[in-house]
Amino acid sequence: MAGSEHKHPNYMAIFWYLAVLTVLEIGVVFLPHYVPGIGKMTVGVLLCGFAIAKAALVAMYFMHLKFEARTLGLVALTPLAIATLLVFILLPDGFAVAHKTQRDAGAVTAPAPAKH
Amino acid sequence: MSHTASVHSAIEPAETPLTPESWGKFGMWIFLAGDAVGFGTLLAGYGAMRATSADWPNPFSVLGINLTALMTFLLICSSVTMVKALEWLSRGDRARAIRFLLFTALGGAIFVSLQAYEWTHLIERGLHINGNPWGASLFGTSFFIVTGFHGLHVTGGVIYLLSMVKYVLNRPDPMASYNAVEITGLYWHFVDLVWIMVFTFMYLL
Repeated sequence: MAGSEHKHPNYMAIFWYLAVLTVLEIGVVFLPHYVPGIGKMTVGVLLCGFAIAKAALVAMYFMHLKFEARTLGLVALTPLAIATLLVFILLPDGFAVAHKTQRDAGAVTAPAPAKH
Repeated sequence: MSHTASVHSAIEPAETPLTPESWGKFGMWIFLAGDAVGFGTLLAGYGAMRATSADWPNPFSVLGINLTALMTFLLICSSVTMVKALEWLSRGDRARAIRFLLFTALGGAIFVSLQAYEWTHLIERGLHINGNPWGASLFGTSFFIVTGFHGLHVTGGVIYLLSMVKYVLNRPDPMASYNAVEITGLYWHFVDLVWIMVFTFMYLL
């Protein structure tokens, strides 16, 4: 099957969106140095948001998912579903280690009971 | 309708809204989905190792982002030249399409060269696959495995792009190579998409 040609979006506009998002990403990393009160969590959420937005732009416009049949969209969504599942599988490990580290630190710093 | 005709209509595959317009494109998407699971697993593994390590070095200060920001920008530019090659092909300008395919391959080649420069620099500073002066040894292991796996994809992509230049050159009708170039583009944009994730998770976070 030869495949048919579909319409081409304004690629330069997508390029500028991607360039601006990259600059914003780099700017966000330096944000805690200039804006007090911005924590690691906020920076992390913003960075993940920008990365997902950039990936979506590449997939939808450069990879033409926006103009394709639904089949290809379903194929593209499959690894996303697996990756999300993987994150939830690995999360308990992270929490368990953090909990153990906190408990061990508590045991070391806890004051010894007074002797009578 | 004869008996034979009715049997044939029953067994021939019917076109449905889910039938892809190009089986080649569909095949590439299946390959990329598998590859995405591979990269996803590597990045999730990286996250798990980092979250469970007490002395994980700060990637931002150890690796630096000036060079990698430039590499990111370069890969975005090469994605644009790739879609431009396809656009020129659809307009029937084979010469311009080939020129943009070569620009894309050049962008990939520069990216890999910069990565080799970055690796050399980091190895000289003490970052090795089995240890480093800043903390958890798995930091170096995961860094070299993930960026190396991606670098191999870029190298493969450059070879793929150069082979497509020959493919387009061998076909006088621009539309005869449109589908094959679009499929190549899917691979190249995927490599760009993965780098967007690697840059965020391994350098910025």
